[in-house]
Amino acid sequence: MNTPDKKKKVKKPLTVEQQISRRNFISFATFAVLAGGAYEGWRWLYKSPPEATGGITAGARKPLRKALNKTELFFRRVFSDNHLVKTYPKSMAAKNVRVNSDIGMEAKDKFDPASWKLQVQKKGGEILQVTLQEIMALPKTEIIYDFKCVEGWDQISHWGGVRFIDFIKHFQLDDYTKMDYVGMETPDKAYYVGLDMPSAIHPQTLLAYEVNEKPLPLNHGAPLRLIIPVKYGIKNLKRIGTITFSNTRPRDYWAEQGYDYYSGL
Amino acid sequence: MKTIKEKHSLAMRWCHWVNFPVLAIMIWSGMLIYWANDEYSIKLFGHTFFRFFPNGFYKTLNIPFRLAEGMAWHFLFMWFFAINGVLYILYTIISGDWRELVPKRNSFKEAWQVLLHDLHIRKIAPPQKKYNAAQRIAYTAIIVMGLGSVITGLAIYKPVQFYYLTWICGGYHFARILHFALTLGYVFFFVIHIVQVILAGWNNFRSVISGFEVIDSERKPAVQKIKK
Repeated sequence: MNTPDKKKKVKKPLTVEQQISRRNFISFATFAVLAGGAYEGWRWLYKSPPEATGGITAGARKPLRKALNKTELFFRRVFSDNHLVKTYPKSMAAKNVRVNSDIGMEAKDKFDPASWKLQVQKKGGEILQVTLQEIMALPKTEIIYDFKCVEGWDQISHWGGVRFIDFIKHFQLDDYTKMDYVGMETPDKAYYVGLDMPSAIHPQTLLAYEVNEKPLPLNHGAPLRLIIPVKYGIKNLKRIGTITFSNTRPRDYWAEQGYDYYSGL
Repeated sequence: MKTIKEKHSLAMRWCHWVNFPVLAIMIWSGMLIYWANDEYSIKLFGHTFFRFFPNGFYKTLNIPFRLAEGMAWHFLFMWFFAINGVLYILYTIISGDWRELVPKRNSFKEAWQVLLHDLHIRKIAPPQKKYNAAQRIAYTAIIVMGLGSVITGLAIYKPVQFYYLTWICGGYHFARILHFALTLGYVFFFVIHIVQVILAGWNNFRSVISGFEVIDSERKPAVQKIKK
């Protein structure tokens, strides 16, 4: 026997049985390794530490927060002022508008709506003070739309007030719209939201002082509240005390509790 | 004599096994979200037959008060669910495998015969290629359902930016109901699927991992095929 024949013997083709067991081994081993890896990956994600408290966002696992922020960047691309929330006829508006939260309005006795003034923080520490009468003197916009809560419920409700963009223009705050964010807080600083500028100046965003054509009651955020249909209810701050502008994310109550900062609809 | 018969492509097996854990996470995180406004029930003539979901169910699965967490999971794994689904659909189109998968004109009639056969009412199953008529319908339906979950999901996730999707889905309310019902559909599919896989046996199950089936030519292949 010479060498080529020897080689042939070594490379003898596998029998069907051998092929079956070899392919089974390779595929099941691969499957087991990948399944184990997937399980470990899940464990890693499930046990990953939450963000440190004290930051702008908190309460979510670090990798999941990162994913929320990346997803925000993606969906900001489809945001447009031309995309309007659907509006409804007045007859469809709820008579009893749901009250879901009173965070930031708990100190009912200490708050006097009559002496309230909206505080807009301008550059250089200057504060613009605006009374409700001044706001009501501006052109009124009404909206009847489906208010959507992050919990999953929604309700068609009827609000009246001044568009935030009209307010900006009237008080010559146009330059501030070049900044990235708007922050709003209740007078007691207990509730606060941060809004990206495109959502804040969306044509349907209102500083509302009426619900169902009547002045806002205290539990709906008298004397002035935010109605921002491109966001979940959690961003619709009641009883606005101060408005700020910034290029970094202002603090946000629910983003500190593990919710998405953007929360855009 | 035994022979190897190729059955499932690597792409199909890959998509199948990626989808399984991803869909499981989507259903679990979806329940964390749904809990925050668990308003659905089966009512008929004013009588509530079943409430989604009973408190014992929530407690056992540790669901209550995890809305924010559920949303964070859901909005990460939605990407994997959607991308995996798109890859699978692209694969079936490009490879031509859709021909084995999409129901044919006579599939609905045949599926009935398959059902009768599986229930041991009818003796002979209709002839089939890779998938029988009932499988064609089920495996195509599940892809359509996946697409439905993505569309109804987007309709309730961004109802202002994707207002046209919300409109197509019959509004925000109805889109949420559809999104929920589709999930029930997956659970139903899963139960039937597992039962069928167990009944079909090892050779069939192995083919979804290793890609091939072993045909023992001494036996009548028709007998084996009927069981799948």
